[in-house]
Amino acid sequence: MAEQQQQRRRRGGGRRGEQSMVPDADFRSYYGLPILNPPRWAAIDIAGYLFLGGLAGASSVLAAGAELTNRPALAMTGKVGALVAISGSAYGLVHDLGRPARFVNMLRVIKPSSPMSVGSWILSAYGPPAGLAAITAVSGRFTGIGKVATITAGLVGPAVAAYTGVLIADTAVPTWHEGFRELPFVFVGSAACAAGGLGMIGAPVAQASPARRAALLGATLDVVATKRMERRMGMVAEPLHTGTPGKLMRAAEILTVTGALVGGVLGRRSRVAAVLGGAALLAGSACTRFGIFHAGVESAKDPKYTVVPQRERLRKAAEAEQHA
Amino acid sequence: MSFELSDLLSADDPPGDGGYTDGRPRYGFFTDTSVCIGCKACEVACKEWNFVPEDGLNFTGMSYDNTGTLGADTWRHVAFVEQRKPAEKEKETVDLGLPSFSKPGEGPDGQLSEFRWLMSSDVCKHCTHAACLDVCPTGALFRTEFGTVVVQPDICNGCGYCVPACPYGVIDQREEDGRAWKCTLCYDRLGAGMTPACAQACPTQSIQFGELTELQQRADDRLATLHDRGVPEARLYGRDEDDGVGGNGAFFLLLDEPEVYGLPPAPVVTTRDLSSMWKHAGVAAATLLAGLAVSFLGRRR
Repeated sequence: MAEQQQQRRRRGGGRRGEQSMVPDADFRSYYGLPILNPPRWAAIDIAGYLFLGGLAGASSVLAAGAELTNRPALAMTGKVGALVAISGSAYGLVHDLGRPARFVNMLRVIKPSSPMSVGSWILSAYGPPAGLAAITAVSGRFTGIGKVATITAGLVGPAVAAYTGVLIADTAVPTWHEGFRELPFVFVGSAACAAGGLGMIGAPVAQASPARRAALLGATLDVVATKRMERRMGMVAEPLHTGTPGKLMRAAEILTVTGALVGGVLGRRSRVAAVLGGAALLAGSACTRFGIFHAGVESAKDPKYTVVPQRERLRKAAEAEQHA
Repeated sequence: MSFELSDLLSADDPPGDGGYTDGRPRYGFFTDTSVCIGCKACEVACKEWNFVPEDGLNFTGMSYDNTGTLGADTWRHVAFVEQRKPAEKEKETVDLGLPSFSKPGEGPDGQLSEFRWLMSSDVCKHCTHAACLDVCPTGALFRTEFGTVVVQPDICNGCGYCVPACPYGVIDQREEDGRAWKCTLCYDRLGAGMTPACAQACPTQSIQFGELTELQQRADDRLATLHDRGVPEARLYGRDEDDGVGGNGAFFLLLDEPEVYGLPPAPVVTTRDLSSMWKHAGVAAATLLAGLAVSFLGRRR
């Protein structure tokens, strides 16, 4: 009631004057209701897509490299993995639409101001060559076309893996938007882990050295970029550390680091270690995407993450004006 | 990427942004909450005129507001805030002999009660820099000849991207229908030279409709009047054209901080950072390609 509404101010938030390094967590709100409308996206569809899209994009790069360096088993794993993953992505994306039958409206315009429009065109450029690469490899026919398709998919793949960082950052969701500088790096790192993991599982140890290196590089990038992102975000990083997303992010870090070490180092000699490490890397990549997805949704549901940073920005602007 | 993305985002001059470059006026709302009486006639008028489906008779248990928030099926929302606030002693009052809030015998000097109502009819802001419009991948959202932002229901495929893009929590997806819905500023009525349903129904002229420049002038005058009359807490919200969304087509006069009414204190259109986002993603994609290429160098084992 009225008292409740007032109580949210008990430590005098919003008052100018003494301020610590951390913004005052106290704030006023309308009965604690969210200011933003949280995303309606289903986690399984959209977080699932963030994971599968990354897996597909990076797998296509690995497949192209394997094709060019004569590693047939690694190439096959990458091509088939990419097709399966991008098909799953497409299913998730269409399934999540409120009007699935109208999915072709995505290609009605080209809009650089809409990451989803750009993404639809990227997927349209990526899907067919990725599919051709896998089908020609499995059937063993039209290998010339297959090679061109493999290399095309390998060149477009990184865009598929990276743009999803922009897709979620280009929203008012505090924990997504404030991470816009690092999210694409977290996502490509996570994508390299997933593709490296899949490569280790699918290819014999003798052919999988690029997959192992990819996993080690990817894990390093993923962990470093995530830490950097959390530091820069300040209080809106909180949802990444608490509740379900917090658990997912912790699991992601443990699985990614362990998977990279087990698969990337022990996997040089042991196929068992390679498979175990690869599975951990895939799971870690999925946890990263689901963790970041859920953290964003949580940040949108709590008015604190909308009000406090905006108040802080106003306070700083007022201070700067005073000094000027 | 070197193209100037800012050229493709919503421009500074709706309705010119919508392709109407003949200098026609922009229309909007000025909602003066200081005269809102919380009757909810606007909510009803909006629902009736626009045939907005009922979305549940929900008991919020928090105030006289069982509507809650703006959404797919709520295009006008009257906020109710019951505040304890010391009475303004210097104001002259006339005893009308009405029943008082205190028990009989208390408050011998005709004391004013220690609470006040804040009531405000919230609506889509029809931003100058509209994030929903920028991020819509199908072009379903568009800028009209009146400078307003409207969804075309026959185009929208329910991707839901506009929902988290809106910094005010206005637009939302209708569950049983799948598409995104919000205030159209009565696009149909405007086309026929009529006043939007909510403004037409408002009995106190709290909701005023008109050409934006005229509304802004009226709001500035009203603010000055209130400040003169000893209401220093009165402030305009969404009036400043240099704010994070380039100002609102539907702006407000408030009597407390915006967040008390459920409004963000200093929203910024998310696409303001989009150029930088694309650059970061471009570097990240190149990093992935280079990193994986490097993985193929060196020993075969």
